[in-house]
Amino acid sequence: MPNAEFSPSIDSRPTYAGLVSQGAAHGIMVADDAGAEALCDLAGSDASVMDHAHVLLVGAAAGTVARIEALKPRALHGAPDLDAATPLIKRLLSEARMGTHLYLAGSEGLMGLVSALATAEGLPLDAIQMEHRGSIARRMQCVHCKGITEDVTTDPFICSHCGLTLFVRDHFSRRLGVFQGVCVDAEAPGEVPETQEIRA
Amino acid sequence: MSKLALKVTAVETLSPLVKRFRFESPTGAPLPVFSGGAHITVEMPEGEIVRRNSYSLISDPYDGSGYEIAVRREDRGRGGSRHMHTKVREGDEITVSAPANHFQLDLRARKHVLIAGGIGITPFLSQLKQLGMEQKPFELHYAARSREEAAGLKLLPGAAHIHIHISDEGARMDLGAILDGQPLGTHVYTCGPDGLITAVADQAARLGWPKTSVHSEAFTAPPPGEPFEVVVKSSGKTVTVKADQSLLEALEAAKVEIDYSCRGGACGRCETHVTACDGRILHNDHWLSEAERAEQKTIMPCMSRFKGARLELDL
Ligand code: FES
Repeated sequence: MPNAEFSPSIDSRPTYAGLVSQGAAHGIMVADDAGAEALCDLAGSDASVMDHAHVLLVGAAAGTVARIEALKPRALHGAPDLDAATPLIKRLLSEARMGTHLYLAGSEGLMGLVSALATAEGLPLDAIQMEHRGSIARRMQCVHCKGITEDVTTDPFICSHCGLTLFVRDHFSRRLGVFQGVCVDAEAPGEVPETQEIRA
Repeated sequence: MSKLALKVTAVETLSPLVKRFRFESPTGAPLPVFSGGAHITVEMPEGEIVRRNSYSLISDPYDGSGYEIAVRREDRGRGGSRHMHTKVREGDEITVSAPANHFQLDLRARKHVLIAGGIGITPFLSQLKQLGMEQKPFELHYAARSREEAAGLKLLPGAAHIHIHISDEGARMDLGAILDGQPLGTHVYTCGPDGLITAVADQAARLGWPKTSVHSEAFTAPPPGEPFEVVVKSSGKTVTVKADQSLLEALEAAKVEIDYSCRGGACGRCETHVTACDGRILHNDHWLSEAERAEQKTIMPCMSRFKGARLELDL
């Protein structure tokens, strides 16, 4: 599956230009199972990019891990989910030096979280390369209770923390790496529009 | 632009060429606080002309009891700094603008590297206070030719992460060594001569630093030059710019409305459209790109001058 094309929206909505090799510079690569495909393509365009790359695969299948291993990255790490990956991402960022490139690939939730961790460490957003692959599920924050619901695929959806029915907005918080969800029936409680699949 | 009528409460010689000035409110009212790297514009009336130069604030950004600046005398300048050095005394009244900032710290940075050349130390003096207050990791490198000329020495606290490089003593600044191996998320800020700013940007680029982590402020007052004339399109009026006057000052004296902030060719605020140009614009700003300069369709009146038959501005 190629880099997803999203329909044009407000400026707040992130877009993902795709990964371009920065050659033999140091790299930190974070990808999920679908995103690993983008890393393979990247290594296909320039094999040297793996020589100094720390790769972290999040929730990847065994076959995917083996494919990345075959590309001989300098180091390969794994984590079952983003929560488990977060301390490792923070450690990789804190040990990295200026000139290290950050390559993210996979779901918007993964890219949003990791880019938020990186910008909190002072890395400018334009220094982060991202390529969307796989599910278009979103990481949504409820603007009312501030709770974050992962893998949202429908609009509206139910906040997993406070139970409000939330409308999926394109408004994105770069600081938190989440889209914002707003109560859909605040004016007329119970009047909820029909549930739809989120589209790209 | 909001103005403040203040009183000069201290003048101190820091080095043969640099003086420190302190301004306070005559009523003791607190002044607006600012952020590290901010500047004020100081008015210097002399006869019928009013010169205005911008100077970085060097005092504590959170201290509203007064503003302090350090002024280097530029004998080849158009007279603003000379005026400050020879005419301004304790007890004088002085008009300044409210602080504005085009050289802020990016407070998301994990670490800040500050690089100053000569009088370019000034914006960092207020930033240091802010960094101390915010408890942010930083290192400062201050390069000067000789200890005698290094006015900043009197204003800098002694601290392990403040490094002084005096070239007369053979301690030249090694930019490669400074920038290499900094932790991811570091931002670098340079203030000083153009050569230093370019050298830092080049070195950072070689080491793969993202452009947006590299900040600079070119520290300049408008240069003097040969007198010239400009035509104001809306009124058809011809304004003469004297040798020791900037185009912006001449337009202000002629009561032409024009916006400004830095008065040093850095902020872009005074950018003016050129409607006719028969001659050559002497661009002295740091705002326009090479291509824009070559086009001669825009000018930054705070810094730039003109040589030729006719220059008409869209004002
Ligand atoms: S006033 Fe800032 S560029 Fe002219």
